Amino acid sequence: MDSSGWAVGSRLGAVLIAVIVGLVGYAVWTFPSEFSGLSDHAIAELQHAGTSNPVTAVLLNYRSYDTLLEMAVLLLAVLAAWALVGGGVNEVCLVSEVSNPVLRGFVRVMTPLSILVSAHLLWLGDHAPGGAFQAGAILASAGVVLFMAGIDWSHKLPAWLERVLLTIGLFAFTGVGIVLMLTGRSFLEYPPATAKWLILMIEVFCGVSIAAALVSVFLGGRLRSRQTVLKKGS
Amino acid sequence: MDTRTFFLYAVAGVVLFGIGFHGILFCRNLVRKVLALNLMGAGIFLVFVALSTRAPSGTPDPVPQAMVLTGIVVAVSATALMLALIRRLYRETGFTELPCDLED
Amino acid sequence: MPLEVDAAMMGLVCVPLTAALLVFLTSTRAVAAWTMVTSAIQFGLATWLTYGVLHSGPLQYQIGSWTLPLGITLHADGISTLMIWMTSLVGGASTIYASGYLSALRRGSKLPVDARLVPAFWPLWLILWAALNALFLSGDLFNIYVTLEMVTLSAVALIGLAGRERALVAAMRYLIAAMTGSLLYLLGVGLMYAAYGTLAWDRLGGLVQADGPTLCAASLMTAGLLVKTALFPLHYWLPDAHANAPAPVSGVLSGLVLKGSFFIILRLWLYIFFPLLPIRAGQLLCGLGMAAILWGSCQAIRQQRVKQMIAYSTVAQIGYLFLIFGIWDGWETGLAWRGTGYFMLSHACAKAAAFMVAGSLMYAVGTDRLEDWAGIGRREPVLVFAFGLAGVSLMGLPPSGGFIAKWLLLNAAVAGGHWMPALVMIVGGLLAAVYVFRVIAVSFSDQESSQSIVPVPLALRWPPLLLALTMIVFGVLTTQPIRLLEIGTPTTAVAEVSP
Repeated sequence: MDSSGWAVGSRLGAVLIAVIVGLVGYAVWTFPSEFSGLSDHAIAELQHAGTSNPVTAVLLNYRSYDTLLEMAVLLLAVLAAWALVGGGVNEVCLVSEVSNPVLRGFVRVMTPLSILVSAHLLWLGDHAPGGAFQAGAILASAGVVLFMAGIDWSHKLPAWLERVLLTIGLFAFTGVGIVLMLTGRSFLEYPPATAKWLILMIEVFCGVSIAAALVSVFLGGRLRSRQTVLKKGS
Repeated sequence: MDTRTFFLYAVAGVVLFGIGFHGILFCRNLVRKVLALNLMGAGIFLVFVALSTRAPSGTPDPVPQAMVLTGIVVAVSATALMLALIRRLYRETGFTELPCDLED
Repeated sequence: MPLEVDAAMMGLVCVPLTAALLVFLTSTRAVAAWTMVTSAIQFGLATWLTYGVLHSGPLQYQIGSWTLPLGITLHADGISTLMIWMTSLVGGASTIYASGYLSALRRGSKLPVDARLVPAFWPLWLILWAALNALFLSGDLFNIYVTLEMVTLSAVALIGLAGRERALVAAMRYLIAAMTGSLLYLLGVGLMYAAYGTLAWDRLGGLVQADGPTLCAASLMTAGLLVKTALFPLHYWLPDAHANAPAPVSGVLSGLVLKGSFFIILRLWLYIFFPLLPIRAGQLLCGLGMAAILWGSCQAIRQQRVKQMIAYSTVAQIGYLFLIFGIWDGWETGLAWRGTGYFMLSHACAKAAAFMVAGSLMYAVGTDRLEDWAGIGRREPVLVFAFGLAGVSLMGLPPSGGFIAKWLLLNAAVAGGHWMPALVMIVGGLLAAVYVFRVIAVSFSDQESSQSIVPVPLALRWPPLLLALTMIVFGVLTTQPIRLLEIGTPTTAVAEVSP
């Protein structure tokens, strides 16, 4: 298609999409302004959920199956990047100022702090906004920032540990589900007495896996960085 | 809060969705397509969250909030896969756009 | 408490998922063997579930024992059980085939796949399998979104494994189309939840009303799924993606992955939206289906590369699935319902077999250009025979599953006085005969191709024949699949309640 045809198509598309937006907007307009959805159910069952944060209860108890599959989706992204890109440090690292002492000093202070914040968010998820994904994202950002400051922390990681870190969240999740099933409960039906601790355990392992997955995706699919590539830039 | 405030947020979400949709169809650069896809996703999440604030008790409905969290992780994964594919495609061919036709 | 048959549903998701993790974690040389063991377990579980559903009716499983509307419920009714059994059959054959294909690669064959990417194949394939099972079992619209994404991402990654320019471009195009489709679907899910406060499809069926949000949600979800199912004219991404993927992946994509999104359309329409929508909406889908049959078949006839031809044939065969919305004759008669269910089964087996044959002959000859296949039939009679059998099913000739499916659909169309779909079905069968016979004729032509022919290993020769023969078996033994399809439909549910 030549560029003028493209421009006409683009305008027509814009008009069409505006119509769709208008229709969906109208549909939203017709919604009543009060609607409780499932919030009453969710809050009524909270005492059996093993957590006092309703969002965490939905994520890791009522609809834990979604979260389990979501972990699989994340692992898929890593596997795909692993296969397609095959590791190697991102170009971003190569252009960063690896010799900047201020940046390095700042990162050295920030990293322990980030790890602390991440752990705090994980714990907070039990009763306030927070949880595994937020914690994992902060942890991963700490790992990424280290790379951007030119600190290669993962090249010495053993190959087996890399794989264990990536999969441990999903292992813990399915493992808990299957073990509960073998004890005569249904899949991921936590016993009320231990629900809180099982959820916390799953969240810790998932948080680690999420962080590992996000860093791996940044590094082109491998958590273990390839030093050779990094040296080229420094 | 005015009882119809949710509508403003929800419509903003729908508009974001539309902008992203247009970008997916009509931006040629692949990285822009990734951005458009994320914009579309963000719009949808905004609709989810805006519509969840209508609970009469005042506490927003936690179910759509949890669905948004799940949706964000899915969107992150899809973005990662797309970027990986773009990197590989660039390494292999130097393309930053999808070609209209390929020679055999 | 011993594990009941409804636990098999959870096993169908957890076993391949755990196996994928173990395969990724250990990365042993015996990966293919382990995957075959997993396939056998899957087949056993699927058969167990099928047996259970046939004997005790539709099953439900509440995950975490949370009841609706708060929790997620898995449903195994007739159609989803049939799909799962089909997945385990085609998946098992694909696993054996893939092991042969990948070890051929390791020996340095000229197959168009990047050998460095092979280790990633098994975990991706197992996750795809888990995702398909989860998709067919899911009773929750948002959960379906997550499983759809799982299916898409693993399918895209598997296409990307081919690693060449054409495959990467095709994978990219597929990913963009499929992601857009998923997001349209997701917005629809959001509207449905905001309107009705539940996401379970069996509940929504009784709640929905024909108001603005519902119609909006129905259109968005249907449009998104149509992109994923590649109904004409949204099929633009399909031929390249399916033709350039590694052969075992092509079979799975055409046979199973497309069925996943079509299955959701079927669920949404027949169980939730059909009574609300104007009859024109169904006729529109049916019309697009007819266009797909004619366009896809004509394109298939024009192709010079066999894999591209089979991919266009898929575009056509997808069209047949959508005829149901124009020739729908209700649950009581159920001819259209049974025909469509049977069509999904027979197309999955036939198309996977056809792609496998194409991959094997590509291994033998080195290309999939039709002219280079001249005389191949005398060197590889088993493979060409398997292709012929698959072709019989694609054309809809007896005795094959494709014939039964088409016969049921044709009966439904004629009984309802829908002459156009009936005519298009017959023409589509004739067009399919043209492209199938073109391949057979070239294979048995007298002139030998100049290409040197490599002998095909056993694992590349027998799985397609197995699938094609299964299709013939289903052309003769029709009672069990038909009975299975009737389990859990709204009529039987009503019949069970009122004594």
